[in-house]
Amino acid sequence: MAEIYGKGIVALKQMLDNKEISPTELFQYFEKRADEHEGKIHSYITRASVDYNADRPTEGKLAGIPIAVKDIFCTKDLRTTAASKVLDEFIPKYESTATARLIAEGAWFTGKTNMDAWAHGASSETSAYGLTYNPWDLDRYPGGSSSGSASVVSAYVAPASIGTDTGGSIRHPASWCGILGLKPTHGRVSRYGVAAMGSSLDSPGPMGLYTEDLALLLEVMAGKDEYDATTSPSPVPNYTADMQTKRTFTLGIAKEYIDDATPDIQKRIMETVEILKKMGHTIKEVSLLDPKYAISAYTIINRAEVSSNLARLHGVRYSNPRNMFGEEAKRRSMLGAYALSHGYYDEYYKKAQKVRQLIKQSFADTFQSIDLILAPTAPVTALEVGSFEKYPFFGEMMDRLNEPASVAGIPAMSVPIGLDGDNLPVGMQIIGPALHESDLLNLSYQLEQETDFFGVIKQGLENWK
Amino acid sequence: MSNKYTPIIGLEIHIELNTKSKMFCQCPADYFGQEPNTHTCPVCLGMPGGLPVPNEEAIRRTILFGKAIGCKINKRFKFDRKHYFYPDLPKGYQISQYDEPIVGNGNLEVYVNGEKKSFAITRVHLEEDTGKLTHKGGESLIDYNRGGVPLMEIVTEPVFHTSEDVKAFLEELQLIARYLGIANADMEKGDMRLEPNISLQLTEKLPELPEYKVEVKNINSFKFAQKAIEYELKRQEEILERGEVPPQETRGWDANTKTTVPQRLKENANDYRYFPDADIPVFEYTDEQLQEIYDEGMVRLPHERIGTYVDEWGVKYVDAVTLVKSKDTAEYFEDLVSANKTAGLDLKPQQIAAALLNKKIKISDDPTKALKEFKESTAPVETDMDKLSSVVDTVLRENQKAVDDFKSGKNPNAIMYLMGQVMRAMKGQADANIVKRLLEERI
Ligand SMILES: [Zn+2]
Repeated sequence: MAEIYGKGIVALKQMLDNKEISPTELFQYFEKRADEHEGKIHSYITRASVDYNADRPTEGKLAGIPIAVKDIFCTKDLRTTAASKVLDEFIPKYESTATARLIAEGAWFTGKTNMDAWAHGASSETSAYGLTYNPWDLDRYPGGSSSGSASVVSAYVAPASIGTDTGGSIRHPASWCGILGLKPTHGRVSRYGVAAMGSSLDSPGPMGLYTEDLALLLEVMAGKDEYDATTSPSPVPNYTADMQTKRTFTLGIAKEYIDDATPDIQKRIMETVEILKKMGHTIKEVSLLDPKYAISAYTIINRAEVSSNLARLHGVRYSNPRNMFGEEAKRRSMLGAYALSHGYYDEYYKKAQKVRQLIKQSFADTFQSIDLILAPTAPVTALEVGSFEKYPFFGEMMDRLNEPASVAGIPAMSVPIGLDGDNLPVGMQIIGPALHESDLLNLSYQLEQETDFFGVIKQGLENWK
Repeated sequence: MSNKYTPIIGLEIHIELNTKSKMFCQCPADYFGQEPNTHTCPVCLGMPGGLPVPNEEAIRRTILFGKAIGCKINKRFKFDRKHYFYPDLPKGYQISQYDEPIVGNGNLEVYVNGEKKSFAITRVHLEEDTGKLTHKGGESLIDYNRGGVPLMEIVTEPVFHTSEDVKAFLEELQLIARYLGIANADMEKGDMRLEPNISLQLTEKLPELPEYKVEVKNINSFKFAQKAIEYELKRQEEILERGEVPPQETRGWDANTKTTVPQRLKENANDYRYFPDADIPVFEYTDEQLQEIYDEGMVRLPHERIGTYVDEWGVKYVDAVTLVKSKDTAEYFEDLVSANKTAGLDLKPQQIAAALLNKKIKISDDPTKALKEFKESTAPVETDMDKLSSVVDTVLRENQKAVDDFKSGKNPNAIMYLMGQVMRAMKGQADANIVKRLLEERI
C-alpha cells in the first residue's frame, strides 16, 4: 500500500479511486492516529465512529474522505456543543448546509473539533472541554477559535477540516499551526445550522495542508442556499481548475498592517514579497484605514450580535440553563446588550455600522488599483499557554489584522511563509475583493508551487510522523 | 359620558396572514386545531443555526393591504430583532420591523352609520407570531405551531373618539383583508387581535393629548372591543372625577366579569434592544415591482363599492353596506345590475338590491335569468274582486280569535296571518296591497 501519511484529500481521493485503500481502512488510519496523539494535542470534543459514517454516499467528489468538523456545525445524530456546557448533551436532529453538502459528496466525519466556546476567542481557553495544544510546541496555544480544526490537520490526525471565521477564527489558528485556512466572502458558504456568533460576520470555510484541498472543499460547500437568505446567488467557480492557470497580480502592501507585527514576521513578509516580485507579480504600496477602527467597529457589532444570538439558549427546551455559560460568553452578552440598549444604540451600534461602511469603502477604493492585499495574519506567532489571562480582549488583540476583512465581508486566506526565531510558523494573509476566492487560491497555489510554503508544511508533517 | 371629557383612542391591530407557510420557514402556517408542536422546525423552534428566510408572499400581501387601506408603501424596508425573554418566544427575540416598516402612514375612509369618516394610520409592519402558552393547574404548556406565523401589525394615530368608530374601523379592516383574500381576520379565532390605547382628555384642553394612556389586551370579538372601551372610559372618568390621574398601564379584558384588570408586565418590556437582523437582507422594491403587485392582487374595495351603489345607483346606504359585507354578494349584485342594463329589464338597482338581500334572487343563479324570473314574479296580479270579497269575509268569520287579537292591539301581526289565509284561498292570485286594504276595512 502506498504511503498515506501527509497526503491531502485530493491525493487520498486518488488512492480511494485506485482502490489502493478502502474508506473504512482510511478512516481507521486516522482513528489510530487520533488514539496516539489526542492525549498530546486534544483536538476533538467528540470523535465519530465508522458506524456513524456507515450511510455515506459511495460516489462523489469526497467519497470516503475523512474530514474533521468544528464543533459549531450542527451535525445530525452527532453531538454538537459549540464547546459550551450549555449544549453539553445536544444532539441535533438536523444537518448544517455546509456539512450536508460535504456528506452529499461522500465525506466522512472524523469528529467534532475543540474550539473557543461559541467561537469567542483565539486560543481555545474559553472552551468548556479543556485546551487544545499547538503541534509545533505543546506549551503553546494553537490559536482560535477553530483551534482543534487547525491542530488536527497540523498533526495529521485528520487530512483536512472545516472551521468558521468571524474575526479571524480560521486564519489565526491556521497561521499559528502552520497550515492553510480560507475565510470566504460572507454569504459564499451558508451559515444554516452553524451556531451563530456574529451573524453579519460568520463565514464557514476550509482548512488544510494543500491549496487544492481548500479549493475542492470550498467548491463543495459554497453556493446559494434556500435556508440562508444572505447567501450569494453568484455561481460557484471551478476553483480547482481556475487555480491551475498561472495569473499575474498587482499586490498591495499596507504599511498600517505590517507595522503591527513582530520584526520576524515583518521580515518573512518582505522575503515573500521579493519572491512574488521575481515570480512576475507587481507590488504596490497602498494605504488602508488603520486596523484600530476595524477593531472598534468589529467589537461593537460582534458583541451586539452575540448578545442577541445567545438569547435562544434559554434552557426552556433543548439547552442547559444560562448559568452554565462561561465567563467570556457572559461578558460578551452583557457588553452587547449594553451597546444595544436604549440611549446607547446611536452612540455605539449605529456609529459602528457607519465605521463599517467606511472600512468597506476603503477596501473597495483600494481594490480599484490592485488585485489582492498582502498582510501578516497575526501580529505575533503562537503564544505560550497562560498568556491569555494577560489580555482582557485576547481575541481582539490576536485578530486585529484579521478583523478588517471580516468587517468588510471580503475573502481572506492565511498561508504559511516560514518560521520565526522560535521555530514557530508565520502566516501571511491574502485578502481579495468580495467573491474573488479564485484569485486567493490562485496566488496560494503559485506560492505553493514556487516555494512549497517555505517548507513549513513539510516540516510540520516531519514533526508528527 | 359628559362632554367634559373627550375619549382619545389609538389602536394596535394584529392580523395573521393566511399564507401557506410561516413567515421565516417552510412549516405550514395553519395551526388552528392542529396537534401541538407538529408544525415546527429548527428555524421556528429557535434551534442553533436556524436562519430566517422571509416569506415573499407575506410581504406581497402586506404591500397589497397597505395600499388598500390608503397608506404609503415603502420601497425600502428591513427586518429587526425585538428582544425579550418569554417562553413563547423561542429565539429570545421576535423578528419584527422597527424604523423601516413595509407600510408608512395614510388615511382610511370608513362609513360610520352613513357618515364618511377618515382615520389616520401610522404604519403597518410585518412580524412573526409567538407560540401559544396554556396554563393548566401548576403547569404551563407551549405550542409552537403558531410561532412564526406571519402577523401584520397596524398602528393608528390616537384619532378615535367613540367605541362605535373603533368597531366600524375594525370591521372595515377585516373586510378589506377578506376582500384581498390575504387573511381570515377572525377575532374569535385569534386571527385578528385588538389592543386599544385608551385615555380621556378634558375637552377644553384639546387638541393636547392626555398625560397617560391605558393599553387593553385580550379582546377577542368586535362586541368585546366596544364593551372594553366603554368600560375603560367609564373607569377612567371616575378616577379623573376624583381628581386623580389613571396610572399608565396595560390591562386585560376579562370577558367573564366584563371588566378590565391590571396585567402583569413582561420583563424588560420598556427596552427591546431593537437592531437590524443581519440574517435578512434589506429589501428594495422598484416602482414597477410594486405596480405589478397591485395589478395582480388589488380588488375594488368595499367603501369604493358603497360609494358607487349609493351615489350613482341610488341604493339605500343600509342595503349597500349589507351587500358589500361579502365580496361574492357585492360582485354578484354588480353582475345583476349590469345584466339588467344589457337585457333592458328596467329594474331599479334598489329593487335588485332588496331582492338579493331578501333572497328572492340567489347568488348561484344566472344573472339575466334570475332577473327575468324576479321581474315576472313581481308583475301586478289581476285580482278577481268578487271572489276576493267573499274570501275575505269567509276568512274573517273563520278566524275570530285573530281578528280579536288584532282589534285589541294584543297582536298587531295577526293581520299578516289573516292575509296569508286569504292568499292561500286565492291561490296567490290577488294583489297583496288590495288584500290588506280590504281586511283593514272590514275588521
Ligand atoms: Zn418552522
